Formats: sequence, structure tokens, C-alpha cells
Amino acid sequence: MGAAHAQERAGRPRLPSINRPIIARVLVIAGLLVVALFVFPATLGGDWINTFTSVAIYSTVAAGLVVLYGRVGMISLGQIAILAIGTWVATRLTFATNLPFPVLLLVTGAITCAIGVLIGLPALRLSGLYLALITLMAAGAVNVVLAQIQFPNGGGGFTGRTDQPSAIGLKAVPRPKWALGDNAYYRYVVVVCALMFLLVLLHFASKPGRGWAAIRESEPAALAAGINITLYKLWAFALASFITGVAGCLLAAQIGQPNTYSFPTSDSLSLIATALIGGIFTLWGAIVAGVFMQLLPFLFQAQWGVNPNFLLIVFGCGLLQVLLSAPGGLTNQFPKDMANLGRLIARKVPLTRQAAFGIASILALIVGIVLIITLKSAPIVGIIVVVLSPVFASLSQD
Amino acid sequence: MIEVKGLTVRFSGVTPIDDMSVTFPGGACGLIGPNGAGKTTFFNVLSGFIKPAAGSIQAFGEDLLKLPDFRRARWGLRRTFQMEQAIEQLSVFDNVAMIHEHSGEGRGARRDAVMAAIDFVGLEAAPGARVGGLGARERRLVEVARAVVGQPKVVLLDEPAAGLPDQETQHLAGVIRQIPEQFGALVILVDHDMSLVSSCCENTAVLDFGRLIASGPTAEVLRYESVVNAYLGAEDEQ
Repeated sequence: MGAAHAQERAGRPRLPSINRPIIARVLVIAGLLVVALFVFPATLGGDWINTFTSVAIYSTVAAGLVVLYGRVGMISLGQIAILAIGTWVATRLTFATNLPFPVLLLVTGAITCAIGVLIGLPALRLSGLYLALITLMAAGAVNVVLAQIQFPNGGGGFTGRTDQPSAIGLKAVPRPKWALGDNAYYRYVVVVCALMFLLVLLHFASKPGRGWAAIRESEPAALAAGINITLYKLWAFALASFITGVAGCLLAAQIGQPNTYSFPTSDSLSLIATALIGGIFTLWGAIVAGVFMQLLPFLFQAQWGVNPNFLLIVFGCGLLQVLLSAPGGLTNQFPKDMANLGRLIARKVPLTRQAAFGIASILALIVGIVLIITLKSAPIVGIIVVVLSPVFASLSQD
Repeated sequence: MIEVKGLTVRFSGVTPIDDMSVTFPGGACGLIGPNGAGKTTFFNVLSGFIKPAAGSIQAFGEDLLKLPDFRRARWGLRRTFQMEQAIEQLSVFDNVAMIHEHSGEGRGARRDAVMAAIDFVGLEAAPGARVGGLGARERRLVEVARAVVGQPKVVLLDEPAAGLPDQETQHLAGVIRQIPEQFGALVILVDHDMSLVSSCCENTAVLDFGRLIASGPTAEVLRYESVVNAYLGAEDEQ
């Protein structure tokens, strides 16, 4: 009888369990965290560390997009405005109260979450282009309001305002007591952002994550599966707004006295473009987006002395290139590309026209960026080469 | 048992279902009719996607039309779609488990219930495999597993065999036949494949232009002159 039972067990398909890829992934994440927490602060200068603080903060904002678009399928072009609201709430809370920093983080997250859900309410009936338009206009509206009230405006209390705002003498958003220096604050930010990523991952791996995936696939099928679509969409807005609010509070304490000009509406467009380039279906893509949004402009401007506005053109071409040839984004495509390249070099597969143009497309992007950096007197040469990238990418299609 | 009385659906000027009264007694029941007869519309009314202009639907003593759409799944209403809609981003296991976790049944029984459903439909793919990488046949079976996991009361199958080769249709027929006794659910099967319907269903209802033109034991119904005409007429047009 024991044998029969064993046989029956062997015949059953195995349950999904912790396997090698998951262990490898955990090791990679742990390794990256060690590098970010200990190697960077020990080896890099102050400017670099401040830049990496911003990378972590903007990666968290991009993680909100991964939730909204990557999982649920709702396009939001207003995430930077939500970040601005988070920064505003944190600043005003600082004027009005003396909350310890961790509490300030949570309260800012909660208030931003409530505001984000309110903005998300009309979105429940809209999708696609209309949702994108509404969120973009909401982002513009937030900027108008912030400019109108002369944010951060030093009036007393949470809502107070004064007719003669002056930047001097404003209470700056304080950093936590044991993380006052740039290095210490950088570590603090990385840990908080890692916790936000963990919060999102826990959602993805459980009931809401599966419900969101169902809604993205097909709303009728999700309804037929018993999913309360309204509730789950609001939940996604709440989660994205919460982590973005926390990111806003971190940003407020990083720069001390934020102003309206820190949040141009066009940044929301750059954010979704870079998230798509990085790969909007996974949180790795969010990290790539943070790097593209913050590290590349720093490199261009402070390190190489090139106008960072050229990046908009590079992002545009990179986005086209990715949408044409790799909808899963860089983090999805890069390993595959490398494997294919290895096979090509080892002559295991013949060089087809598609593959040749695919390689040319990636090379054009890299060579173009190098040319923009090196040929400062004639940036147009580099730009022309960059623009060739999506052209090659379209030629690489079947 | 599902009792439909005087069901009417109107969209601006069109009446896809016109005063339909029919009883599905239990077991596996067929619902057939030419294209545009109102079969999928009827399923959409049951699912709550469409609000009927008139009529009532009593299912196992529950007034189905009074339940909000997303609560019907928790009550025990399951369905598959004409265009298969398994969720590509999730694994086979999660696809099925997702239905179970919204069904109001306990977490404790989930693993066994999900594995039982996957076993029941005869799916060979690994439970951890992503549905996005599966073939058409396996995705269909994932959808059927989703429809039967746990304790379904009513299982609606909308052309589950569309596009499948004969051999696989036969496998599917075996699965469908066993749903009532294995899970105690009432099955309503919509399909154009008459041999599938007659091999699975004891009773069959026939719709034509939104009207019920026949219902009763399958073998008898398929011999009715009106049914033959409705079908031959449709065939002629094609």
C-alpha cells in the first residue's frame, strides 16, 4: 500500500516551489544592496552619492508606474505630480509639527495615498488615451496650484500662507537624527526605498497581484473570476501613491527646501519613457528608469559637460527602439541579446538580415551617445547616429 | 436547476434575447443555435455584464440578477470565454488559484483544490509554467480548470472546443461529461460542434434570433424540424 501511495505521489505534477532561479535572484539582489549600501559610500564623492540618493527616490516613483501600468494596465502620466504632492505634504507637515522622521514618512505616505486615490477615482471609468490625458492634465494642474500658492510658502501651520514668502528662514525638512550627513542619508534612503520595493513585491506575489494581472488581461474575465475591479484599481492607485508619497518625503529631506521648479510636468513623460525602456513589467525596469532619470543627466552635465537636454532625444529614440524590438524592455531583452550575440560569434546560428539590423540598431544608440559626449562642437553628428537606431530597429522586423 | 423566465435583452433597437423562458434541469445542458442567436448574450446576462430589460433567473434558489457581477463568482458561477482568456503573466497554478481565492472558500484547501482541478482536466504542463508560454490546447484546459476549481455551482462553457483538432475535442468532451458528477455543478455548453453537444449533454435548448425554439432531451431536440431548419438555413447563408 505504501508503494502504491508513493507511485500516486510520483505521478502527480510537482507544486511550484523555491527553485534555483529564485535563489539566484535573491543572491543578485543581496549583492546589489551590499554594493549600494557599502561600496558606493566608501568609494564615491559627495556629488555622486547625492545623485544615487535621487536614483533611489526616482526608482521608487517608477515602481509606482510598474504597479499602475505594468500590472494593472492603467497609464498614468502624472506620477511626478504625485511626487510633488508628497514633497509638499512633507514640507507643510514639517512647518506644522515636529514629527520624528519615520512617522513623517508614514503620515506623508498616507496623506499622499488619500489624494492619489481621489485623483484615481475618475480614472476608474477611463482607460487608454483618455486616462493618459486626464492624469497629464492633473499633473499640470498640480503644478499650477503649487506655483499659485508660491510653494513652499512659509506661512505657519499646515495650511498657512503669507503674502511675502521668502526662502530665507524657512524651516527645512529635517533628516533623521542619525542620518544627517549625505552618506548616512543615502543609506537611509536606499533602505526605505528597498522596503517600498518589498511592499510592492509582496503585493505582486499575493492576491492583489494576481487580481491586477487578471484585470490587465481582460476585465470581463476578471469580473467572471469574482474580482471587484473598482476596489482593485483603487488599491493599485493607493499603493502607487503611497510609495510615491514616501519618495516625496525622502526627496524633501534630501533637498531641504523644495520648490515648484523641481517637478516639471515633462518629467512625468520622461519617467514613463524610461520605465518602458527599462522594462515596465518588472521592478528591475523601475531601477533602470531611476538611473536614466537621475544618473545620466548628472553624468552628462557634471562629468562630461554636455547639455543634458540631449537626453530627451536619446530617450525618444531608445523608447522607439525598445517598442519596436523589445516590448519587455532592456532588463528583459538585454540578457537575450547577449545570448544571441554569443551564439552568433560562436557561429552556431547564421547572421540573418534581422539580426544584423538589430545589432546595428543597438550599436547606433551606443555610438551615438559616445559621439554626443565626445564631439561637443558638433552634437548633431551624434544625434543623427542616435536617430538611426529606431530606423535600424524597424528594418530588423520580419 | 436554473429557471429562466421571460428574459428579454434590448440594445438600442436590437433584441438579442426575446422573451426567453427555459429550464436547465441539471447535469450537462447544451445551448445551441446559429451565429447571432443570442447564446453568448445569455451567458453575459448570467455573468452580469449585461442587464436585461425584463425577466428573472432563479439558480438553485438564488435570484441571480440581484447579485452584483463580481459576487456571482463567489456564489459559484464560473465561465470560459469564446476567446480564451487565461492570464499570460501568471503560472498555471496561480491562474487556477486566483479563482479559488475569490470564491470565499478557505485558504487551507486551496493547494489540493487547485491541483485536483489541474489533474481533472488532464493538463500535462507543469503547474509552475507561465501560461504565456503554453499552446492553444493547454490554455483551453487551464480555462476549464479555472471554471471547475473548488465548489462551482454553475459552469458556463462558451465554445470550448473552437479551433481544437478532433482528438483533443474528444478529450475535452470526456472532461465536460465528468464535471457534473465530479463537482456537482450544472454545466451549460455552447458549441457549434453537434457531436460534442450530443455526446456531453442529456438536455439541450435551441435559440434562434433570440427566441427559444426548442428544449428537451438532446437526441429528440436535434430531430425537430424547426431546429433542423434553423441550422440548415444558417448553413445555406454561409
